[in-house]
Amino acid sequence: MAMTTASDPVLSQPPVSRAPAKRRGPGKTPRREGLAGYVFLSPWLLGLMGITAIPMLISLYLSFTSYDVFTPWSEVEWVGLENYREMFTTDPSFWASVVVTLKFALIAMPLKLAVALGVALLLNRERRGVGLFRGLFYLPSLLGGSVALALAWVAMFNREGAFNGFLRIFGIEGKPWVFDPDWSLETLMLLAIWQFGAPMVIFLAGLKQIPAELYEAAAVDGASRWRQFWHVTIPMLSPVIFFNLVLETIHGFQGFTSAFILSNGTGGPVDSTLMYTLNLYVKGFHDFEMGYASALAWVFLVAIGVVTVIFFSTGRFWVHYSDADER
Amino acid sequence: MTTLTEVPALPPAAPPVPVNRRRRDIPREIVRILVLIAILTVVLYPLVWMVGSSFKSQTEITSNLNAWPREFTPGNYKVGWTSLGTAFGWFFVNSIVLATLNVFGNAISCLLAAYAFARLRFRLRKVWFAIMIGTLLLPSHVLIIPQYVLFRTFGWVGSIAPLVVPHWLATDAFFVFLMVQFMRGIPRELDEAARIDGCGPYQVFLRIILPLSRPALVTTAIFSFIWTWNEFFRQLVYLGDESEWTVPVALRQFVDSTGQSNVGAMFAMSVLSLLPVFVFFLAFQRLLVEGINTSGIKG
Repeated sequence: MAMTTASDPVLSQPPVSRAPAKRRGPGKTPRREGLAGYVFLSPWLLGLMGITAIPMLISLYLSFTSYDVFTPWSEVEWVGLENYREMFTTDPSFWASVVVTLKFALIAMPLKLAVALGVALLLNRERRGVGLFRGLFYLPSLLGGSVALALAWVAMFNREGAFNGFLRIFGIEGKPWVFDPDWSLETLMLLAIWQFGAPMVIFLAGLKQIPAELYEAAAVDGASRWRQFWHVTIPMLSPVIFFNLVLETIHGFQGFTSAFILSNGTGGPVDSTLMYTLNLYVKGFHDFEMGYASALAWVFLVAIGVVTVIFFSTGRFWVHYSDADER
Repeated sequence: MTTLTEVPALPPAAPPVPVNRRRRDIPREIVRILVLIAILTVVLYPLVWMVGSSFKSQTEITSNLNAWPREFTPGNYKVGWTSLGTAFGWFFVNSIVLATLNVFGNAISCLLAAYAFARLRFRLRKVWFAIMIGTLLLPSHVLIIPQYVLFRTFGWVGSIAPLVVPHWLATDAFFVFLMVQFMRGIPRELDEAARIDGCGPYQVFLRIILPLSRPALVTTAIFSFIWTWNEFFRQLVYLGDESEWTVPVALRQFVDSTGQSNVGAMFAMSVLSLLPVFVFFLAFQRLLVEGINTSGIKG
């Protein structure tokens, strides 16, 4: 009986049922679809909780303890902000790794993007063979992150490597660059720059979107190629430059494999290749100072967050969106 | 696009200009191609040198600094294959098993999540979507310590479970994002037609979205394979015994072992380890390049 009254249009019309009726809107079976939504989303949700969110909280907790993997959970010692204090005041390897990482990200990544943009400009023609060039330039991006290439790279910049063979043509006697603290990080930077193919492909796609009329108009106005580049290409491409810059910088902060292989996991010579993530590895999985390493991880997360915020807040001033008026 | 129309109208004399430029461009074009070839030579040289060195004898590696060997010595491959306690082929099997599991894990779990985000309406959808986008920029290294602690309490350390399970739970947000973008391009009329014919959200997924998502699935599969193949940090942390090692973890041993004595073998195994990625590159070059264009995925 109750069911008939509920479905009776006259009785169920009053305010109570208005909200659900409105929410139903144009959709036909919202409840069923809502359930299906969560069914399809369930693996992702489980991953978000189990692989991302809960470990993040555990990590935050651990960062206030002196946890190593061997002590049972009940005996974990709470040390408050001690890990963070140690990091900023007494641990020299922390600051060494910050300097190395900043150098790597702030020098190698802009250079990589400059090379990527330069080659993209050279390739930006509707010609046969462009596809082949594009593919071959992209190849290092696929191979470069591997252990195999890091090994070859170290060999190449070692005493008997190809680079010194090249220098010998000019009568210069090289040295084992990878084991010279003044040059080891530079060789890793070159390895990163060598992988310019991925941002190059993104630049190429961006360049194709710039309407040819803009160049024609600029040429009619007497703008040289150089001025066209600065006043048409760069502003029109700025969203793509911005996208690549954010992605590559954040990617650059996380360099690990090549530094690990070059230094055999130590960050040497003399901490010159001690990338932040490598330091984290050494502290966590070599010294088993998991509490301290968790603090390192949280500082890293905050630092990347800050960098991202800086990018997005300064981006307003130089990134030009041509559809801005339509928004 | 509006800026386009705001550009001042051109005087009628405009058309000849491009023609003039094109004629002047011929020497410029030659310089351009020469510069490109020069850059390409520099870019490809390390790879050629690597392959060449893998065929050099031990004495030639230190004496001949040219890329190509004077005398071909395939023996490095034989030495490298057996230089560790376990035959190198076993590491290839481990890597292939791991990569295959991750290919299917990513393809299935990310497709399910993407369908929910792209097509279904449910409570908190926008919130979850924003969180998913947020995890795109989350550095994976931040989570490595607590994940290790967690997986250790499950007793998973020293097995491939920690390297596989996350990929079956759609934690590679890049692929979810790629598939959402792709599905937005599938006409909604198809879903609606299917619904009118009585299909629910599950049938729409199976009969419309799944078959039409093949290109996105292929892109995801290829990138999953290559990324797992190249991945090192996690494999280094979680794989213990030599019998579990994957190719990158095994290759790493060439740094430990007495150094100079094994350089030829090291080159040989490095070249072998890059071969599968190279084959993927040859087979799917166009698809890979388009894959990065649609989603900004890095190689």
